Amino acid sequence: MTAPVRNIDKANPVDTGKVMTANRLADGVVVFLTRSGQWSERIDEAAVALEPGSAAALEARGEEAVRSNLVTGPYLFEAERRDGRVRALHIRERIRTLGPSVRADLGKQAEGLGGGFQPTE
Amino acid sequence: MYRYDEFDHRFVAERTAQFREQALRRLSGELSEDEFRPLRLMNGLYLQLHAYMLRIAIPYGTLSSRQLDRLADIAERHDRGYGHFTTRQNIQFNWIKLEDTADILESLAAVEMHAIQTSGNCIRNVTTDHWAGAAADELADPRPVAELLRQWSSLNPEFSYLPRKFKIAVTGAPNDRAAVKVHDIGLRMHLDASGARGWEVIVGGGQGRTPAVGIIVRDFLPERQLLPYLEAIMRVYNLHGRRDNKYKARIKILVMELGEKRFREEVEAEFARIIHPTAEVDGKELERISAYFAPPSFETLPKISGAFEQAKLDNAAFAKWARVNLAAHRVDGYGIVNISLKPPGGIPGDATAEQMRVVADLARRYSFDEVRVSHHQNLVLPHVKRDDVFTVWKVLEANGLATANLGLAGDIIACPGLDYCTLATARSIPVAQAISRRFADLERQHEIGPLKINISGCINACGHHHVGHIGILGLDKKGEEFYQITLGGSSSESASIGNILGPGFAGHEVADAIDTIIKTYLGLRHDGETFLDAYRRLGPKPFKEALYAAPQR
Repeated sequence: MTAPVRNIDKANPVDTGKVMTANRLADGVVVFLTRSGQWSERIDEAAVALEPGSAAALEARGEEAVRSNLVTGPYLFEAERRDGRVRALHIRERIRTLGPSVRADLGKQAEGLGGGFQPTE
Repeated sequence: MYRYDEFDHRFVAERTAQFREQALRRLSGELSEDEFRPLRLMNGLYLQLHAYMLRIAIPYGTLSSRQLDRLADIAERHDRGYGHFTTRQNIQFNWIKLEDTADILESLAAVEMHAIQTSGNCIRNVTTDHWAGAAADELADPRPVAELLRQWSSLNPEFSYLPRKFKIAVTGAPNDRAAVKVHDIGLRMHLDASGARGWEVIVGGGQGRTPAVGIIVRDFLPERQLLPYLEAIMRVYNLHGRRDNKYKARIKILVMELGEKRFREEVEAEFARIIHPTAEVDGKELERISAYFAPPSFETLPKISGAFEQAKLDNAAFAKWARVNLAAHRVDGYGIVNISLKPPGGIPGDATAEQMRVVADLARRYSFDEVRVSHHQNLVLPHVKRDDVFTVWKVLEANGLATANLGLAGDIIACPGLDYCTLATARSIPVAQAISRRFADLERQHEIGPLKINISGCINACGHHHVGHIGILGLDKKGEEFYQITLGGSSSESASIGNILGPGFAGHEVADAIDTIIKTYLGLRHDGETFLDAYRRLGPKPFKEALYAAPQR
């Protein structure tokens, strides 16, 4: 996977780090862990951990949410924050975040919950 | 069609009630995910990319109108208005909630359906020829044996913890439409000189990361010995199959490691140990099951239908569709109507709830209440009077279901790929769509002739790429999707595994590459020679040259 990179473009800063995701237990909906420890359906609200220590903290919260039956299958993926929006680096996570690339009418991309990107870009 | 007896009803109802309890215990936290996962998988409930996915068994691909209507209801009530027919003649719903699943299973049970053994290391849905009981070339309907195997393998404790999943396919016709040579066990019916039925037993075929054409362990096994013989195979597999490495756990690896001769000896030795008379297929039981598959009450009709012939003369689009989508029926005056779920640019195998209802209604009115799902991800109305075919076509046409491309370049098999599947390494559907659009011109498809293009989004090969005349495998290369092309695969009676042609392509280059391959074929083919035959004659060289040795840009 891509190593975390700090972008040096001051005008348009990009932070690359890790986002915690899981599926909501009851309905399977893809959710992201926010800074305040809530699970949001919007990737833009996700906390992006820039340091290994904060990624570990997200992981610990993920496990805690599993124990309290909120979510299942938590894991971290690589993402970047740009202008306050969050974009997954790998296409797999972008599709998972938005919905099928072949059905723009389905999933978060259709429900106004998508990020500021397309699955394929 | 098979109808549940009292035992079947009770068994499925009990399983549904059990699952309801299990799901409630999971939701309350009494069960952890690790504890619950095997339980949900035993009931076909996966966790996929966007939500839970429910895979529902369609035994040997046969559905009644009522069952298909019920699938449409589920699509509307519990999913997003559509379903995906799979390469194992099943259906998948992609947006299922765990909290709804027990209700869905209950509504399936009411129409004699379930999702048992659509996952896990057990004997999965037994698949067969989608033209079973209808095809002109068929010796006999293979579905009674498929149903016998279903009953024998359902929750059989001996086969519940196999080293790996196990897939059986059965055909009663010499032209193999069930891909029996690339299944863990494939069965082909033959008749001896006296007309008695026996089965050619093929073992160790398969796709996935180690594709193989199965070996023939028996040329002609008398039908009454079928179950003890299969039991012997399963025991050899259970005993010697590898459990240390899931990639080497399928029976094909055991066959490869033991070698053909020793594998056969092991099976025969085990078979000899089984006490035959009690283990043999009870003729009465098979007769009882066969009664459910008795041919419908066909009318005595002339071979030629004037109405059908006239409609073809009057309507060129209908004539073109009938040429490829209508297959010969064993009974005079009837035809097999094949409904392509592959419109140009469409998603292979997807059908909306509305389309399912249209097909269910047509089956009710014109096909003795029967629908089939093919492993090519299409639907079939197996028994339509030729007099009615034009009427049926008009309804299909009005509902986007009359694409005239059965068995042609647009009739692409594709797994859900990275758009839905957690295992996928690349997307399959957009590649299928691009190729399908490229060949949208039906004239051209008909000119190219029979062609199977199969696409998988990972090495597990749900899209059957190894046995596509043209196979496409999507992989991940440093975070980018890229696609490997194989040529020369086939799942027919002359099965073969395709050969990798050369370096892979980016997603947007695949349709061009396929176009080049097809142009090369058109330039080199003999009169009437299919793509596969031409490839087998020519080998990969001209195709490689056309693709990779193109003039320097």
